[in-house]
Order: sequence, then structure tokens, then C-alpha cells
Amino acid sequence: MTSLQPHVGRGLRQAFTEAQAQWRKLQDSEVPIFFVGAATCGRAAGAGEVLQRLRSHIEAKKLNAQVVEVGCLGPCSFEPLVIVHKSDAPRICYGNIGPDEIIHILENHVLGDDPCKQWALGKMTPGELNGIEDFDAHPMMRQQVRNILRNCGLIDPENPYHYLAREGYRGFLQALEIGPDKTLEEVKAAGLRGRGGAGFPTWRKWQFCRNASGQTKYLICNADEGDPGAFMNRSLIEGDPHAVLEGMLIAAFTLGASQGYIYCRAEYPLAIHRLQVAISQMRELGLLGENIQGSGFSFELTIKKGAGAFVCGEETALIASIEGQRGMPQPRPPFPAVSGLWGRPTVIQNVETLGNLPSILRNGADWYTQYGSESSKGTKTFALAGKIERTGLVEVPLGITLKDIVYDIGGGIPAGKALKAVQTGGPSGGCIPAEKMDLPVDYESLTKAGSIMGSGGMVVLDEDTCVVDIAKYFLSFTQEESCGKCAPCRVGTRAMLSILERITAGEGETADLDNLKEIAQTVKDGSLCGLGQTAPNPVLTTLRYFREEYEEHIDKGWCPAFVCSRMISYHIDRDRCSGCGACSRVCPVEAISGEKKKLHVIDQEICIQCGACLSTCPPVYAAVYRRSGELTRYEQRKEKKGKTK
Amino acid sequence: MIRPAKENSSQITDILARYPANRGSLIPILQDVQEKFGYLSEEAVEELERLMGISANEIYGVATFYTQFRFSPPGQHTIRSCQGTACHVRGGRQLLQELQQHLGIKSGQTTEDGKFDLERVACLGCCALAPVVSVDGKVHAQITTKKIPSILSQYAGPSWLGQAETGKEDDENT
Repeated sequence: MTSLQPHVGRGLRQAFTEAQAQWRKLQDSEVPIFFVGAATCGRAAGAGEVLQRLRSHIEAKKLNAQVVEVGCLGPCSFEPLVIVHKSDAPRICYGNIGPDEIIHILENHVLGDDPCKQWALGKMTPGELNGIEDFDAHPMMRQQVRNILRNCGLIDPENPYHYLAREGYRGFLQALEIGPDKTLEEVKAAGLRGRGGAGFPTWRKWQFCRNASGQTKYLICNADEGDPGAFMNRSLIEGDPHAVLEGMLIAAFTLGASQGYIYCRAEYPLAIHRLQVAISQMRELGLLGENIQGSGFSFELTIKKGAGAFVCGEETALIASIEGQRGMPQPRPPFPAVSGLWGRPTVIQNVETLGNLPSILRNGADWYTQYGSESSKGTKTFALAGKIERTGLVEVPLGITLKDIVYDIGGGIPAGKALKAVQTGGPSGGCIPAEKMDLPVDYESLTKAGSIMGSGGMVVLDEDTCVVDIAKYFLSFTQEESCGKCAPCRVGTRAMLSILERITAGEGETADLDNLKEIAQTVKDGSLCGLGQTAPNPVLTTLRYFREEYEEHIDKGWCPAFVCSRMISYHIDRDRCSGCGACSRVCPVEAISGEKKKLHVIDQEICIQCGACLSTCPPVYAAVYRRSGELTRYEQRKEKKGKTK
Repeated sequence: MIRPAKENSSQITDILARYPANRGSLIPILQDVQEKFGYLSEEAVEELERLMGISANEIYGVATFYTQFRFSPPGQHTIRSCQGTACHVRGGRQLLQELQQHLGIKSGQTTEDGKFDLERVACLGCCALAPVVSVDGKVHAQITTKKIPSILSQYAGPSWLGQAETGKEDDENT
């Protein structure tokens, strides 16, 4: 580790020394340590029960073992995740660990000599153990480059010494050393672009703000992660809050901002808690307040809880919300960098943009630019979800292909289904079809394909997903979230939604598709803010790539994915029904009749197409099937198989 | 249950004291008032009007813009059904329908006995574990329609669901 700059105060100096000692103790511990992934996602998967069981077992047996709660390591589909440290063996990361499994590992691996290979995802430190492979070689990990998420899942996010020991706040101290001008130059050379979606060069935004007149300037961290299908910011804040806060210090120092706000959604209680803890630790370490580390730079931080409005992800709406107003966007210019919060120059940065700054300052722009493509530098986190084998939070160099993310990292589509499209950018983005999987993931390529990078939500759609339904889903979201200020957005999204509702109800007309396109263009052109300007994207991309599917809905009256409930009917196969009665018991409208052990029949007049019978019919019989238009799902499958033969 | 106005007032004064006296504090104050009383009652808003000098109209204008604020007393348990993209493609809508059927209410409503609130939320951020439903902030992951009765009875006791669905059970027994 490089030595500390001379201006670093005694308190922080001592903290660094203490951090080194604590970290070394953690690495060389004689006592076994359990690192349990306990972020929101881990807890949802049952990490809370694992912790409870583990702690009470350790106490009851009077064992000498340590338990550390860490953030999310990323492979969410393997949650709950536990990393086990044992003094004479490499550290092992285990996946899908419930309360029973953790006790098994404790008894057999920690106290015995069976490393429980059946649950091991990989080893985190060098050494040999029963042929367990490196964690970094795991298919989900090997293409990842974890720079922003480098601490997530490895450190205790509520222990500031862990962060300090991992070169924490070194980037900020470096910025203090070289001064604001050179810090800006470094960020410019790194080519960092905003990670909130639009990809605006960070240095340029900073330049505008620095050039704006006035003494008081503000920095806002946008943690109002409102895109449905995105959880990158939550994971980063929960797993490594100091990284984001250090990024804020670097940005504020460069801008000359003395007050910062973090606007975080109220739906993220754990993230808010972690931020509160970390902010008070910063104060104790002398990294917040007046004259930080004798540099003359003063900075204060306030957390603002979002109150639930998607449009507040838009800069001017977010500012209005902090000012205590309805979160409605304002026309730009003036841009917030010139006149923002309370009319002062204000820079708003996404959580992940800030999370990039410490490593850029610490390692330099040359190091940073080795990752990424020509125009999109660095790495980017993506929330991989939907119909994919391995879901989770991944970080990859920009420029990687979609194929690599979906098939290599994500492990492809479950249950032998076919990939249909990848949805990027949430409600502002679009669906990229399966045949375009060679597309490199960078700002320009995604925009050219009609979608956007967005903040990093990536939802995989398989053949069972209806793209018209997806377009309708996103539009109903933006329609509901439209603040109502601009008529094209307020009225246009509603008009488009009602067309899509008709199409999915089997009442579409041929003229609908042209109308959709025309309204979409009007909404795009006539809206003030990003929400309205991008709201038609899901419709436009699906129309561009899946026009045939729209036409099938309209012309043939069938939904090929068997999703649009008004266009499908449920039936019971007479050869397969055993008469067990499971379906008739769950039917909410009592549409199914039949005697015990005899064929059951669905009354189509009464049926509401809820699908309860289909999900209830025991797999051994699999007697309930759907029909839409000409073919049943059954017949469609058979036909497909016939073709491939 | 409405508390005596005096007690209400002093609690609201306490909340106001935590924040600087400016317009920017309005939303955090409303959030705290809702946390304290469960909702924004007419009395509370009138009190804020008096103490903050912001008209009740203006306060309602801000509060109704944001989905977080409610204006009627909440149920005992709050169920949030996630309608995020990942949940949507994995059956989030069917789950919401199923919840509505079991509870006998639509989203945004409270059951007659005040036991449950049902809300639909845009995203809970647990997309990798979709579909999810949260009850009183605890996230239940990878829910299927079959798991819903057992989740509800965890919070309301095993007999609650029986009462709500007696009509159907009777039919089966006869």
C-alpha cells in the first residue's frame, strides 16, 4: 500500500492503521468465519433464517466462530450465499445455503474434513481442496470484471475499517492532493459517462457547473432507482455504501459544492440505513464537515427519501421533489448544472457513476480505459433477471456482446425454451430480438438498435413472453407514472395504451399499427422530459422487430405466446384427465365440473382465463392445455418438433 | 381511531422540530407524520397548515402526487405485490389477481376487518428472485399462486382465510 499523503490528519491516519490490522486479522484468522450475504435479496431468499440458525448453533455449542454479514456478491439465483473461512483451507463460497445446509457445513467442513463440494460454487483464495474450482472460473463470474462491485459481498458494509483496508478513501485523498483541476482532467481522460441512462460525459457536466456563477453549489446523488427490473444501485449501496460516498466527496470537491443530497427511494429501507450508518462513520473519521483533512474543503450530506414517483428520476423533477414540490419536470435550459436546486448550480449523478470515481482517482485514467470499447469506457453493472437460468447482478466491461451476457454469464434460458428478446433500459428502453445477440453492449450500439443502455436493467424474455403484452406492460407503467404536465405524454400514452389493450383483447384493427407509430412519434417529439421522450420506445422496438406478432394478434386473433388471456381458452385433455378434481377446487368461478375419477370439463362461458387450473393440474397428468387461434400449445410444439426432424 | 387533537398536535410539533423551517422539509415531514399515524389525516394536514404556513390545498397537492402517501387509516398488515418487469414475466399479474381473490379486495383497498392492505408497487428491487410479494416489509421470494394462502395465514392466523372462503368450502362438503 502506498504511503499516506502528508496532509492526512492523525485520526484518519490511525484509522488506516487500525483498518490494516483488522483486515489482516480477518484474512489470517485462526477462528473460522462465516460471511453471510445479507442484502435485501439475500434476506428475501432466507439469509435471515441462516444467520439465526448459525448464531444460535454457535452459541449453544459454545463454538469459537465469527459471523460477518456482508452485501451481495451478485449471483442472486444461488442465494443465500455464504463464504466460509477456515484457517487451514482455502475460502469457499457456497450457494443455495439454507439453515440445514449451513449447520451441515459447520459440522462437516469447519469441524470436519468434508468441504461439502456439492454446494460449493468455488474457492475464493488459492490452494487445493477436493478439486473445487476457483470462484472466478465459475461460468457466471469468468467474464465479469468487478471494479465498481469489488467490495460487495466481501466486506462488512457497516464496518468502515473494512472499506479503509481495501484502499478506501484513497481516491478522495488523491483528489485532495492533485486539486480540483487535475481531478477533472483525470475523469475526462477516463472517458467516464453517466451511468443513469443517457451516457452524458461526466466531466462536461462538471465543467458546466464549475463555470456557472455563484458561490453555493450542490451535488445530488440520484438513488431513486425507479426502473422496474433494476436493482444495481440498491446492491451497491447495500454492499459498499462508502464507495458511493467517496465518489460524492470527489465530485463535490471538484465542483466546489458544499452541500450534497442523496435522493434514495423509500422502498429501499436497508440501503437508507446503510447510508445513515456510513455517513456518521465519515463524520467520525473526519471525512465530512468543516475543513476536511485540513484541505479547506467543507462538505455536508443529507439523505432525502423519495416518496414514490418514477418521474423523479428525471433531474429537474428530482430537484422539485427535494424542494418540497410536486415532482414535475421543468423545461431545459437552463440546465441544472447552471441553475438547479434553489436556483443554484447543481450536478446530479447516478449512484454507479459516483461509484466509479474512487477507482479512477486511485488507479488513474490509463488503468480505467483498459476496460470498455472505443466510445464507452470502463465497466457497467447489469441486473440480469427474467427468463434466465442464472439471475443476478453482474459487472462487465462495456462492449461485451449480449450473447455473452445471456448465454455465458446467465447460462441461457431455463427449461429448454427459446430466447425471444432482451429488454434493456426499462420503460425507456426497448426489446432487442434474439437474432441481434451479437450486438455489443455500449451506449451507441444499443441506441442504434432502438433501445438504450439505461441504468442497467436487463430482462430476458423467452418464447412464452408475448411482446405485445410487454409493450402494453411498459406503457401502462409510463402512462401511470406520467406527471401529466405535457399533453403529448399524458394523452398520447393513454391513447397508445388503449390501442394495445384492444389488440391484446383480440379487437385490434389493421390501421392500429400505423396509428401507434404516429402517436409514438408525437409523444417522443412533444414531451418535455426523458420519461415522455422515451415512453414510446418499448412499443417502437417491438413494432420494429416483432411486427408479425402484432399482426397475428390483429389478423388471426391469436396470441402465439399464449399470454393475452382474452385470446386464449383453457381445455382439459380427455385422454390425460384422471378426474382428481384439483382444478375444480382452485377454479375461482367454478367453471370446472366433473365427477370424481371422471373427465372434468371447463365451461368456456364461465371461465375467466386465470390459469389457476393449468398451474394446479399435477404434472403427472398435465391434462390442462391452452388454445389460441388455430393451434393449441400442444399442437404448436408438436409441429415445431416435426419441422426440426 | 383518532387520538385527542392535543396529543396529535404535540407529536406533530415534535416532528417539525427535527427539520429546518423551510419548504424543502415538507416531504420528509409528511413522511414522518405518516409513519407516526399510519396516514395523513385531515386533522394532521390542518395542523401542518397552521404550523408551517403552507395551505392545506398546497399540502394535498404535493402529497397526492406521490404514491407513498395515503389518506385513510392503513390495515394491520400491508401486502405489496411487485409488478416489476421481472415479476411481470414470471407471473406477477396472476399473483396480484390471486391475492385480490383471496382478500376479496382490489389493490389500493383494505379488507373490511382492517387486517390487510393490498398495494401494487412498481418494483421492490428483488428482480432476481421474481416473483416477489412483501408483507410488512418482509420480502417473500419466488412466490407461486399456491403459496399465497400459507403466507396470508402466517400473518392473520389459519382461520382467517377459512372465514373468507367459507362459501366455497360449504359447497364442496355438500
